[in-house]
Amino acid sequence: MIAHFPILVIVVLLVAAAIVPLVGRINRTASWLTACAGCLASFLMAVSILSTVLDSGRISYWLGNWAPPFGIEYAYDPLNAFVLVLVSFVAFMVAVYARDSLEKELDPHRITPFYAVYMLFVAGLMGMVATADLFNLYVFLEITSIAGYVLIAVGRKRESLMASFTYLVMGTIAATFVLLGIGYLYMVTGTLNMADLARLLPDLYHSKVVLTAFAFFTVGLTIKIALFPLHNWLPNAYAFAPSVTSTIMAATATKVGAYALIRVMFTVFQPEFEITVVHVTQVLLFLATIAILAGSILAVAQTDIKKMLAYSSIGQIGYIVLGVALMNHLGMIGSIMHILNHALMKGGLFLVVGAIVYRHGFTHIQDFVGLGRKMPFTMAAFTIGALSMIGVPLTVGFVSKWYLALASLDAGMWYFVPVLLISSLITAVYFWRVIDNIYFKKTEKEEPATGIQEAPIGMLVPTFVLALLCIVFGIFASFPISVAEQAATLLLMR
Amino acid sequence: MEIIQSAAPLYAVLVSLLAVVLIGVSGRNPNLRESWTIIAALIKFSIVVSMLPKILDGTIIEYTAFSVMPGLDIAFRVDPLAMFFALTASLLWIVTAFYCIGYMRAGKEKNQTRFYMCFAVALSAAMGIAFSANLFTLFVFYEVLSLCTYPLVVHKQTPEAIKGARTYLFYLLGSSIAFQLAAIILTYHYAGTLEFVAGGILAGTASNGVITLIFILFIAGIAKAGIMPLHIWLPAAMVAPTPVSALLHAVAVVKAGVFTVVKVVLFVFGVDLLKEIGLGMALAYVASFTIIVASIMAMRQDNLKARLAYSTVSQLSYIVVAVALLSASGITASLIHIMIHAYGKITLFFVAGAIYIAAHKTKVSELDGIGRQMPFTMIAFTIGAFSMIGVPPFAGFISKWYMALGAIEANMYPIIGVIILSSILNACYFMPIVYAAFFKPVPLGESAKMHEAPAHMVVPLCFTAFGVLVLFFASPFLLNLARMVVTSVTGGS
Repeated sequence: MIAHFPILVIVVLLVAAAIVPLVGRINRTASWLTACAGCLASFLMAVSILSTVLDSGRISYWLGNWAPPFGIEYAYDPLNAFVLVLVSFVAFMVAVYARDSLEKELDPHRITPFYAVYMLFVAGLMGMVATADLFNLYVFLEITSIAGYVLIAVGRKRESLMASFTYLVMGTIAATFVLLGIGYLYMVTGTLNMADLARLLPDLYHSKVVLTAFAFFTVGLTIKIALFPLHNWLPNAYAFAPSVTSTIMAATATKVGAYALIRVMFTVFQPEFEITVVHVTQVLLFLATIAILAGSILAVAQTDIKKMLAYSSIGQIGYIVLGVALMNHLGMIGSIMHILNHALMKGGLFLVVGAIVYRHGFTHIQDFVGLGRKMPFTMAAFTIGALSMIGVPLTVGFVSKWYLALASLDAGMWYFVPVLLISSLITAVYFWRVIDNIYFKKTEKEEPATGIQEAPIGMLVPTFVLALLCIVFGIFASFPISVAEQAATLLLMR
Repeated sequence: MEIIQSAAPLYAVLVSLLAVVLIGVSGRNPNLRESWTIIAALIKFSIVVSMLPKILDGTIIEYTAFSVMPGLDIAFRVDPLAMFFALTASLLWIVTAFYCIGYMRAGKEKNQTRFYMCFAVALSAAMGIAFSANLFTLFVFYEVLSLCTYPLVVHKQTPEAIKGARTYLFYLLGSSIAFQLAAIILTYHYAGTLEFVAGGILAGTASNGVITLIFILFIAGIAKAGIMPLHIWLPAAMVAPTPVSALLHAVAVVKAGVFTVVKVVLFVFGVDLLKEIGLGMALAYVASFTIIVASIMAMRQDNLKARLAYSTVSQLSYIVVAVALLSASGITASLIHIMIHAYGKITLFFVAGAIYIAAHKTKVSELDGIGRQMPFTMIAFTIGAFSMIGVPPFAGFISKWYMALGAIEANMYPIIGVIILSSILNACYFMPIVYAAFFKPVPLGESAKMHEAPAHMVVPLCFTAFGVLVLFFASPFLLNLARMVVTSVTGGS
């Protein structure tokens, strides 16, 4: 049984996606329970995979026992086992949270299908992380994208459809680019297995076909992760989707995209390729810097909390790309840590927003006055998330910024340190505006004392778990750092 | 030098955090709530005092709480330097706790539970700064102190309070992220450690240009020390209730700033390195400018608290100038002034609060004849003012005396001129208040009958005024403690 965890971790989600509509005929609670059970099972298996990888090294699983490069291989090393645990954990938390939130935000007859599509979405993400086969990666990319369009479009707002359509257009272009990249590589090498490609490609680095393939991969994946200036599908998609969708997409989808980018850049292609042949790192560093600054500045200008968080995500993606493009050990650790951090922080913050929508139905920052009194626990979680986004020490946000700053100095590119610090300051500005509203502004008209109107416990617990993890991993960062370190060593030392 | 492991410094930090929880749950019962503050303050002070005999024996207490990530630990070390700040802050917290009760209740302030909770967190942070064993620990508590005092400054929640508090946070958090964190990152990159080591960790690790850059980033990043032009947050913070101005913006927060400067100068750069590059002299002159200009600005303030705030800015720079002299007497002056200024300035702020509560006056020009209405309060004010000016037998004299000696040792004679000039300016902005209070007639329509603030407020301010006198006569104790620091950082030369 344990030997088959590498595939079951994804199959269980797909099976759950099929069962959800069936049990949905009983009632909505049954479909919710099925979704939660699926995510939990997947999470537990992911944990088991990670611990095996950390104990005894790389796992290679051959689908149908066909040996690679002819069969499809699923391979786990510290990097993707780590991302796998992260994605399944966040998916589980969001699934638990979804019950109350969806009852409020969706039409009743859409709730059961939503769970089914949600499971497909998560399965797609997990598959992208698990697979060691490029074409398989594309298949899962499409599964997750198509599920994503549905998850956004299902929102009640009229804009949801438009947001979903924009994302569909951009997402399809991205997926097509990735497919073209895969096709070109297959053309010259005749293989789709990542390890096999890594073996065959170095001789072909100067082939025009390989260069074109790399360009398609890079552009396609940077659309998926919304790296500035290819980001404009993201703010509306996050803002007009149901809260559950915003959360799962913000916390996991872009992270998995970043993971795929790292895989292509460092496993399929080798670091030497980026350094000596295409010089793509200069471009990525430049774009990352712009993303970090522009994302933060645009976030300041937002009046809607969901849009603010969305633009802040665009900035945070810049951090991940920055660490990757620095091409050194510390930078890679910083990036991998930021994948973890951002999933926890942004996930937690979007869950808070969902709770506000559930109780009060507004997302305008100026309406937040007095929420600190009405929803003390939810707002405490928001404050933790905000401090972590700013990068206050003893929160996870500090850990990755610390590594990224040291990595910049290590690479001799000191000018990224001010970029990181300035963006922290801007982050402080836009979050402090919200915190001032929540706790310190007085309401203009004296409202009757309504007392505490907290979110239901089913929403509060997942929100708090994510917020507390921001602190736990900020104080005891050694474990995730040791995993990230192993991953960075594997990626860079060849 | 003996080193022992003990969790006492950790407990000193944690005791007020525990009190935060207790204060929070007993918000409905004010008497119980305030007694938690007082109990925590007493326990904290006794923990600090219990460590004192060992420190005087030359022992160092160390404790590593946990490791955040490779190279970054939360660790504590208690040495004579830490004692200066810890003793001051913990004893004055007890006094302020009583004063707060009088002030907050007489003023019928809202949100008192939040107020006391944040106050307790601030004291934890101050202890954490005092006992930090490395730059990372210090930075963590420095940021905690900025964040937890924000609700205290914004307390009244009026538009002016929000504006003032935002300025406060913008300067403190902004400079610490933009400059101090950058300096810490650079220090770690070049030195490979953030540990405080007597004599410094940066010597020989980087070129002089880089070290100068790190030094400038540190000084700009420690806005809590109030060196111009990063002093603006301090007058802005005066919108806070007076106990906050008294304990935090005359003692805990600003002293955390100068303490950090002292720590960075002596334990990150080291006396020899700074002398070699000449950065000590540069810092001394920059801070001298602050001393003079802040004194002149203090003269122009009519609001009593604003005048005291500028006086604080000026006095903080005394501490910075003194340590920047890098001579034995200079360092001594700097250390003892941390404690001496605290007693004097907290007395003056207590007085300002007492006048506000008893007579509802906030302006200097309204204080004619108030010495007759509030004799005890105004005598305490006079003692505090004399100490600021540096008249014997008040404690301020001792620090100025050693500072002048330090300037001679360092061959920086212009500094003596700065001391004399600023003493004259101090007299110019404090003496008119004393004169008006005691010798000008009471304005028409006001009775000259004695009308003091509540005893909760008058007793603490008399206590701290008395402390100013005690410190003058207890100076051998302070000098002894300071000598231990000087010996460790200069290698006994």
